[in-house]
Amino acid sequence: MHEYSLVSALVDRVEREARARNAVAVHKLSVRIGALSGVEPQLFASAFTLCQQGLLEKATLDIRRAEAAWACPDCGTAITDGQALRCAACGVPAKLVSGDEILLEQIEMEVP
Amino acid sequence: MCETCGCGDPNLVSVEVHDKILAANDRTAAHNREHLEEGGVFAVNLMGSPGAGKTAVLEATARAVRGRIGVIAGDLETERDADRLRAVGVPAAAITTGSACHLDAEMVHHALHDFPWQKLEYLFVENVGNLVCPAVYDLGQAVNVVALSVTEGEDKPLKYPVMFRKADLVLLTKVDLLPHLDFDVAAVEAALGRVMPRPEVIRLSARTGEGVPAWLEWLKARRRAVPQAAAGGHGRAHDHAHHPPVAR
Repeated sequence: MHEYSLVSALVDRVEREARARNAVAVHKLSVRIGALSGVEPQLFASAFTLCQQGLLEKATLDIRRAEAAWACPDCGTAITDGQALRCAACGVPAKLVSGDEILLEQIEMEVP
Repeated sequence: MCETCGCGDPNLVSVEVHDKILAANDRTAAHNREHLEEGGVFAVNLMGSPGAGKTAVLEATARAVRGRIGVIAGDLETERDADRLRAVGVPAAAITTGSACHLDAEMVHHALHDFPWQKLEYLFVENVGNLVCPAVYDLGQAVNVVALSVTEGEDKPLKYPVMFRKADLVLLTKVDLLPHLDFDVAAVEAALGRVMPRPEVIRLSARTGEGVPAWLEWLKARRRAVPQAAAGGHGRAHDHAHHPPVAR
């Protein structure tokens, strides 16, 4: 269950940002989690509730899921996740275009 | 409160961040990588399920290249893996993670401070036995290697795509058991082709030594591909402040 350590890193980052702006509370966090990131959104969300205190006590967590997308690096043809990861036309290995991200995108906070 | 119109609504600001949540780990990993490359040390992050044969692979590797490798072994409890490796003459340190299911860059950094890694050609970081969490954390390694044993089933790559996508090489271990199993090697190779963009597999038996020469060749070729490592490092002293271990 590495989601707890990810949430700790998230909380540190958000608290730093909130303090830098003298926020009185954080209302909402938006994160993006890729399907191939190795993070389970539900576990992430429940780990978040365990870490909520202080400025983040009432914050809501918005998790946006990013699907895995592969493409040929040469011709750009999309390669379906779950198929052989090689371009049938060019014969080169597919490149992951998105789906491995674990990003903090946006923080909504209340300032004085 | 809103002071513009006196409506009493809270004054909200939205801050765009677009930052990796693991940015701090990635920075420490980059730092580890820089030191290892400068020192001419080729670092391998060895991952796999509990019981996949990671320690046995390293014992077999040590017997073949004695004196040039070192191991940092991560486990939840005990120093058993490190003890096994010391018994075959390999400098080994243990990281006991307590309940953490993976190693992170900070744990490896801390372990390196107490470990004579500068003289090594190869540093193996034997990650915690787990096919999920270790794949998420960059440690500063040059390559990721996943040990998958033939007793685990052909469908593991499809069930754990995150781990296998990160692998530069899969060591198919315990192949001496194949005559006793209904394990379809072609099926596992096809499965790997659906989760690894550049699937590379070496069949290996730590018991019989089958595949060990091919594994050593693979390591040598990859090590040559890292310019600093191939040239040999100057072993610069570690000259920054030493952080105390972080409680987890």
